[in-house]
Amino acid sequence: MTPAAPQPARLDFRSRGFDFASFAFTSLTGLATLFILAILAIIIANIAWHGWSTFSWRFLTGSADQDMFDVNKAGVLPMIIGTALRVLVMTLFVVPIGVITAIYLTEYAHSTAVTTRVIRGAVNNLAGVPSIVFGLFGLGFFISFIGRGLDAGAAEPHWGKPAILWASLTLAVMTLPLVIVATEESLRAITPGLREASLALGATKLETILKIVLPEALPGILTGGILAVGRAGGEVAPILFTGAAYYMRDLPHSLTDQFMDLGYHVFILSTQSPDIEKTRPILFATVLALLLLTLSLNLVAVIVRARVRKKMRAGH
Amino acid sequence: MTNTPANAKRTVGWMGIHRGHKARPVEWLAEKFIFLVSLTAILMVFLIFVFVAREALPLVLGQMNSAAARPAIPAKDMDKLKPAELQEYLGLTPAEFKGLDKEALQALMEVREEEAKEAPKDKDAKVNTTEWKYLFGAHEWSDSRPEDRHVWQPIGRIHKYNLWPLIIGSLKTTLVALLFSVPLALAAAIYVSQLSSPSLKEWLKPAIEMLSGVPSVVLGFFGLIVMATFLQSVFGYQSRLNAFVAGIALGLAVIPVVFSIAEDALTSVPRSYTQAALALGASKWQAAWQIVLPAAAPGVFAAVVLGFGRAIGETMVVLMASGNASIMSWSLFDSTRSITATIAAELAEAVFGGHHYRMLFLIGAMLFIVTFLTNLAGDLIMHRLKGRLEGKAK
Repeated sequence: MTPAAPQPARLDFRSRGFDFASFAFTSLTGLATLFILAILAIIIANIAWHGWSTFSWRFLTGSADQDMFDVNKAGVLPMIIGTALRVLVMTLFVVPIGVITAIYLTEYAHSTAVTTRVIRGAVNNLAGVPSIVFGLFGLGFFISFIGRGLDAGAAEPHWGKPAILWASLTLAVMTLPLVIVATEESLRAITPGLREASLALGATKLETILKIVLPEALPGILTGGILAVGRAGGEVAPILFTGAAYYMRDLPHSLTDQFMDLGYHVFILSTQSPDIEKTRPILFATVLALLLLTLSLNLVAVIVRARVRKKMRAGH
Repeated sequence: MTNTPANAKRTVGWMGIHRGHKARPVEWLAEKFIFLVSLTAILMVFLIFVFVAREALPLVLGQMNSAAARPAIPAKDMDKLKPAELQEYLGLTPAEFKGLDKEALQALMEVREEEAKEAPKDKDAKVNTTEWKYLFGAHEWSDSRPEDRHVWQPIGRIHKYNLWPLIIGSLKTTLVALLFSVPLALAAAIYVSQLSSPSLKEWLKPAIEMLSGVPSVVLGFFGLIVMATFLQSVFGYQSRLNAFVAGIALGLAVIPVVFSIAEDALTSVPRSYTQAALALGASKWQAAWQIVLPAAAPGVFAAVVLGFGRAIGETMVVLMASGNASIMSWSLFDSTRSITATIAAELAEAVFGGHHYRMLFLIGAMLFIVTFLTNLAGDLIMHRLKGRLEGKAK
């Protein structure tokens, strides 16, 4: 990635007509940007192209047949329901905790205090924990420790087995940083003047937060929630041992049931298929369904976030 | 203490309760509640380490024995053992032990006796393969080829847990991923933050970050089904799935991480630096290359460090595209198996609480420690850089 120009020992900034080095540097970095975008476009186009013919209403609403590798019978409704359920339950846990943490960090915490630094460090660190470690954590903590603890020696495990609840909680821990960071950003985008005006009118700090700050920050909170849903919707590694099932005849009835999952199904179809050429259409269509789900959520989050940023610039 | 409403005449606030002229217990309670909830993130990082390490602890303490032949106690002597001894002998957890009646325990003991009789008589049958020297050291196994001194082979007569094939597998794929993604992501970060027009930047940044919206299972699928065939036809190597294919697919997951952090670091360099350079007659690229990049160098380093953390911890891509053969080889074009893929592929079939199960938690804990340290380093570098740049800007 070194530009074509020789490196001068001291800074030499005289301009001399057509600057080849400048041209080369700009086009090289520009090409790299273009290349990344091209890869993204190729992935999406390739999957859409191969998946489109099988991607029908019947496919989306069809139930999973015992023979999930049969092109004419395969459907993904149970997987969509399973993925939606686990993501929904996750949201119930992660959004309140994430928003409250963000409120603490922006409204109450002293930015130089040790506690604040440690909380921030923990949030950043949580964002970098490998997804498979979250899976191990879900198994070791939620299922083995809490679940088996609740069962307390019952003959038939009710809590201490893989379930939607445990998968959702594991994902909630994983997506906590996303919600915190997005909410914090939108809280910081609100002008201090708004808070000061509210306090000057005699409102308490809590009233100001609940009635002025939070409604104003709603788009940002929404972004965080959507990003978390988009991220968690496509994650497979954390749910491998905490709830996803290879095949289930019935839809899950309660939070302690296992579930079929769209992302996990992509994994099964691509690695366990008896005849990869025959099942290729189902595979591409399932990937397309998953990709549409996560990318559309990301797109919404990007748009909302762009608006928040615009408002922030206008406000300051 | 003086934090009761009766004593509220004090004008100095106590821990933030006195916002107006009277104490507000609701405010105080709300603040404490919010503070306590915000500790969740710290608690979770702590719990992750504790509960992953807890499952691996018996291994670390040397309490597990994976030898194929263990001395057996005759089943008829069961009554001579204390319950605790019996439980340990059968390798049961206290809860499992409680759930079994005497007949079941008797049956288990008979099974152990049978096993001991049938156990192979060769030199490795009595070896406890979970000892550290077998995890990291070379050993000539009686039932594998003499040249295979480092083997990860948990299923079989003798459970071999040498970690080198997995560590090398993880490092190989990570290396390819970083060599592929770091130059691309850094060049794009320089272009987007320094050279493109502001209106173009508003489009480019979210577009590149969309790549992080592609789930890793989709990248793994793409590597396995599409890229593996394509790359094989271009480079013409033997094994269709290998560290190279997995590394390239993994690179796609690393690009948005490196790009975002590097872009952030480059953007946080004050505009005045660039403006000063431009005023001295520098071209845009000279300002970017000789002024902004050196100033943001620690941030760029942090981006690479965090990219490494992401690459070594990624599971689904490697599980699907690397071929998953645990071969001890430095070649990029051999099928490989990483630490993460091993956990994902083997945990479901490992006996709960057995040595294989605990071994997978042990490598998971090692992985957590590695990523914890890289994250910490990346975080500290970025924090310092921003502090320095902001301090200079004023």
